[in-house]
Amino acid sequence: MTSIGTGYDLSNSTFSPDGRVFQVEYAGKAVENAGTTIGLRTPTCVVIALEKLITSKLLVPGKNSRIGTVDRHAGVASSGLVPDGKHLLGRARDEAANWRKTYKIPIGVHALADRMASYVQAYTLYSSVRPFGVSAIVGGGSLDDGEGTKLYMIEPSGAYYGYRGCSAGKGRQLAKNELEKLDFDRLTAKEAIAHAARIIHTIHDEAKDKEFELELGYICLDDEMGEDKKGIWQTMSGDELARIDTEAREAAEAADEMEE
Amino acid sequence: MDHSLGIDWKALKKGEVSMGTTIAAVKYDGGVLLAADSRTTTGAYIANRVTDKLTQIYDNIWCCRSGSAADTQAVADILHYYLQMYEAQNGAPPTVRVAANLAAEMCYSNKDNLSAGLIVAGWDAKSGGEVYSIPLGGSIHKQDIAIGGSGSTYIYGYVDTNFRKDMTREEAIDFLKHAIALAMERDGSSGGVIRMAAIDGKSIDRYFFADADIPAAWNAPASAT
Repeated sequence: MTSIGTGYDLSNSTFSPDGRVFQVEYAGKAVENAGTTIGLRTPTCVVIALEKLITSKLLVPGKNSRIGTVDRHAGVASSGLVPDGKHLLGRARDEAANWRKTYKIPIGVHALADRMASYVQAYTLYSSVRPFGVSAIVGGGSLDDGEGTKLYMIEPSGAYYGYRGCSAGKGRQLAKNELEKLDFDRLTAKEAIAHAARIIHTIHDEAKDKEFELELGYICLDDEMGEDKKGIWQTMSGDELARIDTEAREAAEAADEMEE
Repeated sequence: MDHSLGIDWKALKKGEVSMGTTIAAVKYDGGVLLAADSRTTTGAYIANRVTDKLTQIYDNIWCCRSGSAADTQAVADILHYYLQMYEAQNGAPPTVRVAANLAAEMCYSNKDNLSAGLIVAGWDAKSGGEVYSIPLGGSIHKQDIAIGGSGSTYIYGYVDTNFRKDMTREEAIDFLKHAIALAMERDGSSGGVIRMAAIDGKSIDRYFFADADIPAAWNAPASAT
């Protein structure tokens, strides 16, 4: 629901008469127009995939990754203003390091998301700063704390919720529809990864957008993806990513044809 | 600094009360047992002869305090506060490991201003019974048995010889009772009664031994190896 906030939208710390902070809503617009990010959670793994829109042929493929790692057991990806996402990732890393220094145990993903959200919310209080122009998807899990896998999405207002599946960016509505079809509790890690990749390909708008690169990150709490990868956030790259990318493109195209 | 008795005497300010002390904690089969003497001194005067040096800092996490009474009470109170905040913010109670590391963090950061030797021991569902020793400098040591305070120096030999892993609670009580009694006998800064606390995840039981119930080493041999 878009409306003009004439006069009440110039400053971050101003409420409109109907109780909205327009600057925060406009920050949301920055997110809505950006490349899509999705997150998926099963009882044993969390997958984050993102549609990295390529702005220039001169950029080196496979570099400039936008999925960041926090500590060893969590990953963060953002839709929206890339530098804002990077700043938030840096803050998340500081929080995780600080937690480890104080308690000598890794930070729980729920505590990490809570701290990130508090940080984001703080930037909606003062007119001397602007809100973060990102929605951040945080996924991870720990074998130790008995809590299993976790997935959260933090919006520019600082509101955040835990999800089974979540999406942000320009293809979020399409992605949400695709995610709702999945039976999360029954997916294996490989299936979850394949679905995440396929959904990115499905929601990508060939007509409106240029080329894109698929980025994938995941954490698996059992040894399905390899004993050495258990409980550690992985960023996919190289041949493995290329293979999944190809399979996902084919799966998306096959689904498209079926619908027609 | 005078290290002869393991206590930083010069760190005590004028009139400040010290817990000369013998404290101990041991992991037994199913939980942990904490034990301490009950003497608090200001110089040669016994300010309190029935002190309780075993302090609860969380539901199933306790600590033995030695050194400056004020310093250790302050650390224990602040630790209690931090652990309550931890549970509220984290949604789950802190483990013994978290509590002990927080205590060590406090002792290390403030080492110039503190005279506190702690033994943090407790029980949590994840790891069962655990004992952590945090001596003067603020280092942390996970151990099956820990002893501390000025009186502990007299019983290292006894403890080394008589400690066994996975004792029953009764055996552990008997072991620590004799250990603390021996230390109280030789250390001028330790004495009074013996207090204990056993934590096994199901309940917390306090024990109290005085007078005839405290073994007299010179009358009968201590419990055999």
